[in-house]
Amino acid sequence: MMASGYSTKEEDGHITVSGPGGGALRGKKPENTAFKQQRLPAWQPILTAGTVLPAFFIIGLIFIPIGIGLYVTSNNIKEFEIDYTGVNMSSPCFNCSQNFSWNSTRPCTCSIPFYLDQPYENNVFMYYGLSNFYQNHRRYVKSRDDSQLNGDLQSLKTPSKECEPYAEHDNKPIAPCGAIANSMFNDTLELFYNDPNGTKVPIPLTATGIAWWTDKHVKFRNPGENANLTAVFQGTMKPVNWRKPVYELDSDPQNNGFINEDFIVWMRTAALPTFRKLYRIIHKKNNMVPTLPRGNYTLEVVYNYPVRSFEGRKRMILSTISWMGGKNPFLGIAYITVGSVCFFLGVVLLIIHHKYGNRNNSADISN
Amino acid sequence: MLRRRLNRLLGGDERRVDSRTIYVGHRSGSTNEAINPPKFCDNRIVSSKYTVWNFLPKNLFEQFRRIANFYFLIIFLVQVIVDTPTSPVTSGLPLFFVITVTAIKQGYEDWLRHKADNEVNKYPVTVLEDGSRIRKESEKIKVGDVVEVDEDETFPCDLILLQSSRDDGTCYVTTASLDGESNHKTHYTVPDAERDLESLNATIECEQPQPDLYKFVGRMHIYTNNQEPAVRSLGPENLLLKGATLKNTQKICGVAVYTGMETKMALNYQGKSQKRSAVEKSINAFLLVYLCILVSKALVCTTLKYVWQSKPGQDEPWYNEKTDTEKNIPLGVKVLTDFLSFMVLFNFIIPVSMYVTVEMQKFLGSFFITWDKDFFDPEIQEGALVNTSDLNEELGQVEYVFTDKTGTLTQNNMEFIECCIDGFQYKYQDASSELDGFCVTDGPLNKLQQKAGREREELFLRALCLCHTVQVKESTEQDQGQADRLTDQVDGLGVDGEMPSPPQEQRGFIASSPDEVALVKGAMRYGFTFLGLESKNMKILNRNNDVEMYELLHVLSFDPVRRRMSVIVRSRAGDTLLFCKGADSSIFPRVRQEEVERIRMHVERNATEGYRTLCVAYKHLSEEEYRQAEEGLKEARLALQDREEKLMAVYNQVETGMSLIGATAVEDRLQEEAAETMEALQGAGIKVWVLTGDKMETAKSTCYACRLFQRHTELLELTVRTLEDGGRRREERLHDLLIEYHKKAVQDAPSVKAGVTRRSWSSANQDYGFIIDGATLSMVLNSSSESNSSRYKNLFLQICFNCTAVLCCRMAPLQKAQIVKMVKNSKGSPITLSIGDGANDVSMILEAHVGIGIKGKEGRQAVRNSDYAIPKLKHLKKLLLAHGHLYYVRIAHLVQYFFYKNLCFILPQFLYQFFCGYSQQPLYDAAYLTMYNICFTSMPILAYSLLEQHICLEVLLDNAILYREIAKNAMLRWGPFLYWTLLGVFHGLLFFFGVRYLFSNPALQDNGQVFGNWSYGTIVFTVLVFTVTLKLALDTRHWTWVNHFVIWGSLAFYVFFSFFWGGIIWPFLRQQRLYFVFANMLSSVSAWLVIILLILLSLLPEILLVVFRKPRGPRARQKNLVQSSVGGLQSPRSSARPLLMRTFSDESNTVF
Repeated sequence: MMASGYSTKEEDGHITVSGPGGGALRGKKPENTAFKQQRLPAWQPILTAGTVLPAFFIIGLIFIPIGIGLYVTSNNIKEFEIDYTGVNMSSPCFNCSQNFSWNSTRPCTCSIPFYLDQPYENNVFMYYGLSNFYQNHRRYVKSRDDSQLNGDLQSLKTPSKECEPYAEHDNKPIAPCGAIANSMFNDTLELFYNDPNGTKVPIPLTATGIAWWTDKHVKFRNPGENANLTAVFQGTMKPVNWRKPVYELDSDPQNNGFINEDFIVWMRTAALPTFRKLYRIIHKKNNMVPTLPRGNYTLEVVYNYPVRSFEGRKRMILSTISWMGGKNPFLGIAYITVGSVCFFLGVVLLIIHHKYGNRNNSADISN
Repeated sequence: MLRRRLNRLLGGDERRVDSRTIYVGHRSGSTNEAINPPKFCDNRIVSSKYTVWNFLPKNLFEQFRRIANFYFLIIFLVQVIVDTPTSPVTSGLPLFFVITVTAIKQGYEDWLRHKADNEVNKYPVTVLEDGSRIRKESEKIKVGDVVEVDEDETFPCDLILLQSSRDDGTCYVTTASLDGESNHKTHYTVPDAERDLESLNATIECEQPQPDLYKFVGRMHIYTNNQEPAVRSLGPENLLLKGATLKNTQKICGVAVYTGMETKMALNYQGKSQKRSAVEKSINAFLLVYLCILVSKALVCTTLKYVWQSKPGQDEPWYNEKTDTEKNIPLGVKVLTDFLSFMVLFNFIIPVSMYVTVEMQKFLGSFFITWDKDFFDPEIQEGALVNTSDLNEELGQVEYVFTDKTGTLTQNNMEFIECCIDGFQYKYQDASSELDGFCVTDGPLNKLQQKAGREREELFLRALCLCHTVQVKESTEQDQGQADRLTDQVDGLGVDGEMPSPPQEQRGFIASSPDEVALVKGAMRYGFTFLGLESKNMKILNRNNDVEMYELLHVLSFDPVRRRMSVIVRSRAGDTLLFCKGADSSIFPRVRQEEVERIRMHVERNATEGYRTLCVAYKHLSEEEYRQAEEGLKEARLALQDREEKLMAVYNQVETGMSLIGATAVEDRLQEEAAETMEALQGAGIKVWVLTGDKMETAKSTCYACRLFQRHTELLELTVRTLEDGGRRREERLHDLLIEYHKKAVQDAPSVKAGVTRRSWSSANQDYGFIIDGATLSMVLNSSSESNSSRYKNLFLQICFNCTAVLCCRMAPLQKAQIVKMVKNSKGSPITLSIGDGANDVSMILEAHVGIGIKGKEGRQAVRNSDYAIPKLKHLKKLLLAHGHLYYVRIAHLVQYFFYKNLCFILPQFLYQFFCGYSQQPLYDAAYLTMYNICFTSMPILAYSLLEQHICLEVLLDNAILYREIAKNAMLRWGPFLYWTLLGVFHGLLFFFGVRYLFSNPALQDNGQVFGNWSYGTIVFTVLVFTVTLKLALDTRHWTWVNHFVIWGSLAFYVFFSFFWGGIIWPFLRQQRLYFVFANMLSSVSAWLVIILLILLSLLPEILLVVFRKPRGPRARQKNLVQSSVGGLQSPRSSARPLLMRTFSDESNTVF
């Protein structure tokens, strides 16, 4: 791709230490080494139109197919999104959002019907999405104690200062401490398929496999390996906003306490104020039936999580996944654009170059 | 006395008094006045900056005066005091390191200065005190002490000569280390003072110390036994300067008048001010821009933060409450804290590592100068020396070179080249087979006759032997000043080995002009040896080894106005002869015209070859004529008024009607390759000024020899001689001349653009050379009225700028510095370089941006005070054209690159603030923030800045014109800076928003799992590191294995480090932010794709630009060369794909 050549400087480029004779005895004569004389053999690439033009075409030719592939893949991903915040009067969750109070003992529930106009093949991933929620706020991001979450008993009793003001409550340490843990998303989302014959069929949602493997198995650990969690957490407080302590998050001991995957997912702070987090996976049962067939569904929400106070939004997202992840047309479009631009530039350069070269040739002749 | 006392009472300050009174030997002048010795400074020379006590505070103060250090200190303090997103260690540790290393280095340097000072100050001297001789340390000499100095010792302070061991009350002195003149000067004792020094009762009244070496005015009152005091006037001929060396005189006694820092030598030295390179100034300017960017970024963020927070629910939503202490902070403090936090968050935009890297680059880079074997001089067994590495890049920016003449341009080694007798050219040839060692070359006129008559030859040689003021050095020991002359003689012996006269070869000649020595030695080669002057008799050993005696009657001494000298001698036979030698212009009108034509041709040819030509004439004086002349001379010498004029009239009267015998050509041997070097410098667009303390004639011929002046160069002379020509007041004449020259050189000359090559402009219009001497210069600079002064200065500078070469002669050391300073501070503040070898050049070496010392014969002061020292003048070419050029390109790129890479490093972090509620959340992990400049991106640029050769050394040396491409700080002007800044902004935007749009759906893994904020930062950072490194790779034109190793190595290191850093739960970290983030990122195809896309997109404009940047001139030639070597292989392919393979460069078409 590059016109290049090794320079001719190699002739005395080999390291030769000047002998003990002629002047070197004074020890001052500079050594005649390639390095010291700045004559190291060197590759001197020269970028010219001739070398770069093919590169442009090659980039174009590679990027455009990739881009098309990405775009098609992204388009084939089925995604359904529903906002259940309950801002409008018409929204089923309006009441829940209006009457929210931290102290209410009775959970407010609402159910939102929706219609999938396409069957969802393969595994379907269920996300919850929050908007205008600053998980990446500095005060928020640092408000956690990773050694506590790693199962350190010392940190369990004396949470890090970073957790303030969610480190202690009633003079008891909070476990898990910090603002992140305290504000864990606690809406319960359930999905029902409205059979055409009128029955509501609950759709089985898997709550595992939603967090990074390394997080679940290494970074997050319950204190006091395999001991009774209730006993281990004795003497600690649940986070203020939680309804139940951390050791009661799930009945499955492999998904309880700090290694509860919902919790782990929440603890991975999002990059942007509008984000989605993986909530549940709907596994494909058999090859014959689509995971989510076309039809009517109902989303049952236990409305616990207030977002109205900061003008936030809550969404439920159903999405299939491809090799590139979730639906995102950006990459495909970007690749197609860059590929096209490269190709176009290649053509333009070629034309300019063609003319330029011709002019030069004629000039040479006239000279 | 009374006035002095009054002055003292009224003024109180000794300095305001225009004169000082010195009591010789501390004895009161008149008995009735009590000694009231005034206070003068002691004889200590201080060049060091610190003492043990003030070192720490003073050094720290000096260091923190640097804008950068101060800035980092502030950042560090902010981090300590305020709750900031990054830890104080990140900026405190590097700062501490930098400050400590610098302090140690400066402390060591100052210790060396202390040592050198002590060496001078503790030097033992002999002082006569009340009749006894006391050994004292030099620093203890007080004004008024009578000091004894032995032969070959240097004077410890400025002395008035009282007593000499020579009979005639004179002593010889060489001032080589002061003004570069290596000849012996005669100084005189004060008349009548030379008596018993113990009983001498005298006071000296003289002016306050001033730096002019050639000026001294004083009076000596000698009191004898209550008689009226005798008053003697004192002039520069009575003053022995500190630093000069006593020669040829056993010992002298003198009274100290100026001591220590008040000696003329010390006043001519200037404090070694810290030199800053233009690049550093550019860095500081850029730094200010980036500081502004930084502050405005912080301001924008702070403002927006409070705007954003003003909306309800944003500042403190239920999920993110503040602690009580945070809530209670007053608003003002909160705003300030936020502002400072933003500053700290963005402070990486000006990284301390840049300074470290720049320092390291300079330090390591300077080794290439010391290592260069081309700078090694086998004669002195030494290579180049780098005293300061701060100015490497300045070598690539030089616009004016100020060079000393003696010892720098020339070897200060006159050699007799040829002579012409009656129009026949005699050239002394090596390995001559002729009996007399005298050979005739084919002169154009000798068609009939091969030689002038033997009689004429001998007359000519006698004239050479007699017409001079040379003295023969009695002692045979080789002292410093004579060493070179003696070796020269030995050379001569080696050549004409047939001359069997070894005792004469031991002879050293001393003369005020080295030309005369050369002539006498020339005559000696041809068989006429001057044996010396013995009681008014000149002895000559002629060809037949007979001694001829001539009685020396009169010497009509040389002066620059007459430009000739004569002697009147009487031979044994009783003939009275006048021999005269001088410049052709002054001799030709005084000889018979028919003889002139025969010689004129030779003289002119010799002159154009750069030789110093002298014409020799003689005259037979009849008894009558001689008597008249003698009477005239006697009368004129006794005249009290206008003595000079009267003498001149008599001289002129005597020196008429002579007959021309011949002419000589003497070469002041130029340094090796001096002319080539000067030509290369001028080709590089550098203007060369010659500043010399030497005579105008000598200097001018050197300029011709160095091809600074060409034959067609029109010389504009502004010297004492031209000023006196008009017969009007000097001031008026000066004014007229300046106007006239200005009209000629500036107004009439079509505007010459700097880019035009010398050759083309010299062919198009007239070349001008400008000559000015010291006296005139001081008139120009210190004109009587203030307005005139600045106007003259302007005119003068404008003329000079339009001349191809400027010659300043008869310069005092400080005047040299003045000139340098004047040019340095003129419009556009050009970069100046001074080169010299003697102590007289020290002030100009210190004054210029770059000072270069030549490791010459005149001691080591110049070398010690220089920034760089090279063994020979010829090395200057490589130093500037190759090393300087490369250093400049390297450091300029380094600086721009550093700013660029930190801009696109920090810009995403800034943009992230818009998405994280202006909460100072860092985008990157702390480890990345710290390591980015230290590990990931520092090594490639360092390797680049040490090894890059965008044009290889040979091409740089062969094409001086390439030097102009980088002239005027071309790569660090606002244009390139803007380009780099825009590039940084473009990259920063691209990195951030590219990833931002990718993260519009953070489910990037094929298992549906999502990425968080640290993944976001890591992707941006990965793109950043790769782009920034590959950008440098694109800029690298010279890929040695080091570059390969370092560039690919740092990328590999980054990947390795990221895995490592994210692969372990670090017990000492409070948060495991990056745990497996990097590995997870790599498991996502989307992340890979976006990284590749963004890197490629960032580099695309760069590649495009490289293509469009048309290769020019020699660079293309070099490319052509490279291509043609590959071309043979490519050509078949290229014919198959002609369109694709063609390049934009016109040269490449010739390949195919």
